[in-house]
Amino acid sequence: MTLMQSFSELMHQRQQRETVNRSRPVETEVTKLDVRNLNFFYGDKQALFDVSMRVAERSVTAFIGPSGCGKSTFLRTLNRMNDIIEGTGHNGRVLLEGQDIYARDVDVVALRKRVGMVFQKSTPFPKSIFENVAYGPRVAGQNQYKALVEIVEQSLKRAALWDEVKDRMNDSALALSGGQQQRLCIARALATNPDVLLMDEPASALDPASTARIEDLIFELKQNYTIVIVTHNMQQAARISDRTAFFFQGYLIEVDATQKLFTTPTKKQTEDYITGRFG
Amino acid sequence: MSVAQATSPLSIKRPSSLTRRVSWTRAREQIIRAVLFLCGALSLLTTAGIIIVLFTEAIYSFGGTAFFQSVSITDFLFDTVWAPQHPDHPRFGILPLLCGTFVIAGLGGLIGLPIGLASAIYLSEYAKPKMRRIVKPVLEILAGIPTVVYGYFALVFVTPYVLRPIFQTWLGFNVDIFNALSAGIVVGVMIIPTVCSLSEDALRAVPRGLREAGYALGSTKFDVSLKVVVPAALSGILASFLLAMARAIGETMAVTIAAGQQPRLTLNPFRGMETMTAYIVNISLGDTEAGSMEYKSLYAVALSLFVITLLMNVLAQWVLKRFREVYE
Ligand SMILES: Nc1ncnc2c1ncn2[C@@H]1O[C@H](COP(=O)(O)OP(=O)(O)OP(=O)(O)O)[C@@H](O)[C@H]1O
Ligand SMILES: [Mg+2]
Repeated sequence: MTLMQSFSELMHQRQQRETVNRSRPVETEVTKLDVRNLNFFYGDKQALFDVSMRVAERSVTAFIGPSGCGKSTFLRTLNRMNDIIEGTGHNGRVLLEGQDIYARDVDVVALRKRVGMVFQKSTPFPKSIFENVAYGPRVAGQNQYKALVEIVEQSLKRAALWDEVKDRMNDSALALSGGQQQRLCIARALATNPDVLLMDEPASALDPASTARIEDLIFELKQNYTIVIVTHNMQQAARISDRTAFFFQGYLIEVDATQKLFTTPTKKQTEDYITGRFG
Repeated sequence: MSVAQATSPLSIKRPSSLTRRVSWTRAREQIIRAVLFLCGALSLLTTAGIIIVLFTEAIYSFGGTAFFQSVSITDFLFDTVWAPQHPDHPRFGILPLLCGTFVIAGLGGLIGLPIGLASAIYLSEYAKPKMRRIVKPVLEILAGIPTVVYGYFALVFVTPYVLRPIFQTWLGFNVDIFNALSAGIVVGVMIIPTVCSLSEDALRAVPRGLREAGYALGSTKFDVSLKVVVPAALSGILASFLLAMARAIGETMAVTIAAGQQPRLTLNPFRGMETMTAYIVNISLGDTEAGSMEYKSLYAVALSLFVITLLMNVLAQWVLKRFREVYE
């Protein structure tokens, strides 16, 4: 099984990097997101079947699985993004720090400020770079220019884009390259100061160099954020995630520590998928 | 016969020679081509004809009979009195007509543009599909009402039952029976469908991903509509505004009936005014002698109107280009 060996190698490299990188003491895991028995429907069509999963605070969780298996759907239930699609429904519970985000008294707008999202296709607004990043704080009521300047700078620095755009903040965001646009979208999501960051294939449309930058960035962001990322690229999942979840046809087949899932999966379907026998 | 053709699984006949032959297919193509060309040429010729007539009647003709060969352009543009019928001292200052046109179109815009845009936002962002199915046909009916009906409505309903009770009885203004405000109101209503349907198209063309990005940043529906979708659709919205204004400026029957035919240089919306179009109706329907100065002034006014709407169209094109954001 050469593939699995190569994964082992990857994991090994990563561990070395992590020991170098680790700046905070190992703490006991705190559960950030807790999903219990979630079923999800597009009209009559069921897209998720009885999914249960915990996501630890300040960790990276990767979702893998063949196209159409429900990764995006599941990710979008975590910030109630599916609410804006007509005719969707669900049952089961999604708890964010113990609070059910689908409870009646939950303010969806507030929820989405805490659970940010970055999409597969970068979606910069047709505004200036500055206005793109300032958008979130603005709709949250921050109108002081000085404060906005500070937030924008900080967010762009965190998204590793500051140096490239600091002299052209008033240029249109659409003039940036694809990789820069995606980092801008990450900066924009960070500007609302979320604590969870959902990413749906954030690097799938990017070249290898930009992808590497985004991966490094995710590694950095993990210090402060809880990150859930959908990826088609299993090497990527192995490189960046702590835990990996494998979805298949709407079911969560297996979720485990990334190293374990890639080297010794317990389910046959998982093994078939990661060794490339299908999907 | 080539090998490829012999083994081809498809039984489409391959042309054996590439030399042209006269055939029915070819002749038909030529005829279709000619007919289409004629149709295109017809509209071109019509436009050219109108421009030539306007030019020779208004600016320059070899016999020296054109309007501007007897009236100076400065008088035309800066004299404040429009009195072409005066028996001894006819005066041809277009300012009162321009004023009437722009006051009424301006009032119409003030009313029609915001309402049109608001209903476009409602239809594209808020309305359930069922609601849209009801509202859209209603708007189309609004667009289909003959403009003379609007004019009549302004004269027999808007002025006596809305404007006079409010502005005359209550607030003490003097409201003429023919007045610019009633005309402005019905012109405003008339342009709502134009603004609404063109703006709605522009709003709907904004990619869904932008809306989702807005929501994901903690926006309310109102935030997304106003701060994401409208800015992204700005070019289309501005173009719809300009087209609507071009329509308001060119509007004829309703303003002739509602605002009357008194050329008057004033900004008071309660007075009667004459627009450029109303003057053209006036002369065309009246018993003006062909070839008289009065008659020729029609062409000068028409030329001015033509230039104004042309400029509006050019501006609309420029705005579309300038503010267009490209989405793939
Ligand atoms: N808006 C929608 N309406 C109806 N069905 C949908 C909708 N979005 C997704 N689905 C269906 O739900 C299932 C899961 O889709 P989802 O987008 O979550 O898959 P995915 O795992 O993200 O796939 P990919 O890797 O291709 O992005 C698919 O069968 C899809 O056809
Ligand atoms: Mg997906």
